[in-house]
Amino acid sequence: MADKESAEAVISEIHRRIAEAFNVFDNESSKSVDVREVGTIIRSLGCFPSEAELHEMIAEVEEEEPTGYIRFEKFLPAMTKVLMERKFRPIPKDVLIQAFEVLDQEKKGYLEAEELKKYMTQEGEPFSQDEVEEMLSAALDNKENVIFYKDLVSKMTFEDL
Amino acid sequence: MGCGTSVATENQGKISEKAMKAAVLIQRWYRRYIARLEMRRRYTWSIFQSIEYAGEQEQLQLSSFFSFMLDNFTQLSGNGPDLISNLLEPEVSEGSRGAQFEGILVSDSYCGPRLSFPLTVSDTNALLGAFKAQQTLHARYLLQLLHETKKFLKQMPNIIRLSTSCAKEITICGDLHGRLDDLLLIFYKNGLPSTENPYVFNGDFVDRGKKSVEILVVLFAFLLVYPDHMHLNRGNHEDHIMNLRYGFTKEVMQKYRVHGREILRLLQDIFSLLPLATIIDDKVLIVHGGISNMTDLDFVGSIERHKVKSALRLPRQSFDHMGLEWERREAKGYQDTQSSGRSRGETTRKRRSRSRKNSSGSSSSSSSSSSSSSLCSPCGSLHPGPTPLPSPGLLGRTDILQVPFLDSVVAMATPHSREEEEWKQVVDLLWSDPKGQNGCTPNTFRGGGCYFGPDVTRRLLQKHGLRLLVRSHECKQEGYELCHDDQVITIFSASNYYEEGSNRGAYLKLGPDLVPRFFQYQVSRCTRKLTLHQRVSVVESSALKALKEKLFAHRSELMTAFQQYDEDSKGYISTSDWAKAMESVLRLDLPWRTLRPRLARLTPDGSVEYQSCFEDVCPGQPTIQISPNLAETLYRYRTDLEIIFNIIDKDHSGLISIDEFRQTWKLFSSHLNVDVDDRTIEDLARTIDFNKDGSIDFNEFLEAFRVVHKLDGKEKQQG
Repeated sequence: MADKESAEAVISEIHRRIAEAFNVFDNESSKSVDVREVGTIIRSLGCFPSEAELHEMIAEVEEEEPTGYIRFEKFLPAMTKVLMERKFRPIPKDVLIQAFEVLDQEKKGYLEAEELKKYMTQEGEPFSQDEVEEMLSAALDNKENVIFYKDLVSKMTFEDL
Repeated sequence: MGCGTSVATENQGKISEKAMKAAVLIQRWYRRYIARLEMRRRYTWSIFQSIEYAGEQEQLQLSSFFSFMLDNFTQLSGNGPDLISNLLEPEVSEGSRGAQFEGILVSDSYCGPRLSFPLTVSDTNALLGAFKAQQTLHARYLLQLLHETKKFLKQMPNIIRLSTSCAKEITICGDLHGRLDDLLLIFYKNGLPSTENPYVFNGDFVDRGKKSVEILVVLFAFLLVYPDHMHLNRGNHEDHIMNLRYGFTKEVMQKYRVHGREILRLLQDIFSLLPLATIIDDKVLIVHGGISNMTDLDFVGSIERHKVKSALRLPRQSFDHMGLEWERREAKGYQDTQSSGRSRGETTRKRRSRSRKNSSGSSSSSSSSSSSSSLCSPCGSLHPGPTPLPSPGLLGRTDILQVPFLDSVVAMATPHSREEEEWKQVVDLLWSDPKGQNGCTPNTFRGGGCYFGPDVTRRLLQKHGLRLLVRSHECKQEGYELCHDDQVITIFSASNYYEEGSNRGAYLKLGPDLVPRFFQYQVSRCTRKLTLHQRVSVVESSALKALKEKLFAHRSELMTAFQQYDEDSKGYISTSDWAKAMESVLRLDLPWRTLRPRLARLTPDGSVEYQSCFEDVCPGQPTIQISPNLAETLYRYRTDLEIIFNIIDKDHSGLISIDEFRQTWKLFSSHLNVDVDDRTIEDLARTIDFNKDGSIDFNEFLEAFRVVHKLDGKEKQQG
């Protein structure tokens, strides 16, 4: 009995969290958001999906005839499932640093700005110009034009709270 | 040969795959980091807007308080007609004003601009140069300028009609709110007004920013130099009662100690003489706020606009009429009006879907400089719980839950008199906001005007053969926004409105094709380029401070609400209950769970330690020994008390008599139903009369109710 109640309470709390995050982007109280904001909403709820995973999820919650808007009705159950199943888990700090080390083939401890730019815009799920510029402006050590990625990861993890 | 290359290729393939996976990982992580920043940016915006709109609602309380005072007390101090009645009563004898400025001597030591009328380009250049050099225009020239402006505006129609013939592009600017830097930036980017470069300024030139006087001087000067190429629409802040609260009156009085009142009186007339709308090529309508389903442009063209001195003062009605209206509503069921108000509210924009008509407290506090201050609604902190309905017999008491005159007109289908109809049309144009859903509902949060839907827009545009509605009135992050199928443009020209970095400003240009082109800008004080994180953090921190001050100002109500969920007085409650309590007291419609990490601490098991909400903000200088409850109440009313003190303090000495203080407080508390007994106020008054000479330095008094943010120091350490 108590278990059932607490399970319900947990789900109910999850629903409210999702509703809150959704409402921040729902300017007109229309119970729908622009599809381009859905990724931000999902990520702000603590998930780390890749672009591919994101597109999959959007396809799930979109209308049959895509309208450019995602309705809360459809979003809520899908997102609840994601949170309950703990999908798209955060990336541990050391795994992240390892990823940088892969790119840092010479094991210098840092990446040149041009190097990182190349990887980010050509490999994986490429960044746009804006995205990579922003990353560099946050990451760059101005004096030497390189990115000390261990420091970067620490700093951004701290800022991310 | 063969083996070597194939191994190399294989290795390369492996490395490539690894690199790709690493890249994806990094991108995933970074995109999530950016999403978090975006969420913070959005809720920061929500916080500012919620607090601003909550403050605007409460503006009504102050104006209804003034009305109450006016209707019931002709003299506050007993020494003759006071400033309030002077300020609020319409101008009686215009002729007697005369050319009084001529008598004002300008000393040789004055090195500011000396204007010569009629004005020419050299005068406007001199003014711009002087203001850039932080000079103030001498009162003599200011008064002369205002006289000339008033004369000029008298002959303008209510609706100005312009054309883009001669292939001229017209530039349209939105709210400036006393930010001279933005105006100068616009002139820098877009050129000064001239016969080749016509401008329309769409209202809200004053209040909030510190250079409202300078902005008016510049705009009026250009108006006189280029009367056919410079056009000003009235905004809802071109209103002397709004100015009392939002800073313009104070600015004038501080810059012009001797002639301030004269200047303000002139401006009262000038504001009401500003045209209400501009139409370009019979196709583009420009008004400050918006429209309603009752807007009738032909009627608007015929009204006597100068009679509508303030949106917050309904045309004077007899007591009987007011009482009648009151009883009628009583009969209809007061609660019904309240609840219908609430449900109406819920269907409109989310930010405003709070009902303020709930007696258990949609109240707010004075807060940081960027957002507007406010007055508590019904029950002060001392008596939480529903306020009893006023009995129908009390005609003399203005109600505190609603503003009778505004609400009664807004709710009325047919205004009673021509005067009221004219007033309503003007208020609709200056105060309305567009919304997403169809229909037209009273804008209960602004307290005037309507929320108008796309159908209302379509109908009006069709009716008058128009194509586009350009309006301002609402701050937009990008400086502009389109809605209603691109038929409505909001243009807002005060960048960094809430805080450094909060939003851009914009202006738009229209050529004969009437296709709008937008130009954005942002005044920036720091030359170093900030990262996205830094920009977001600065604005967020400012919003959180404002929010925490609100928490502080509602501490006792919040604690009561928290304790309702904490029967065993453990000191902590679930996040869910905490969020419910916060919303029920503050009614700001904010994402409380998302904000929680910024506002309160968790226990090890994940519950919220609710006391920690109040840890960061503490009273500044507790030099005055009073009960915490009274302190909280006074804190909430700080800015309004300041306004009232400034009005009473006719000689600007900073001192008022104990008697005046006592009287003011009595009026205040009886009007607001704040239950502070006379004895406490008596003691308080004596306590703050530090040198026992029968007068109170009210700035010192108010200083005692400032708050300090303890985390400020810590944040600076972290950098």
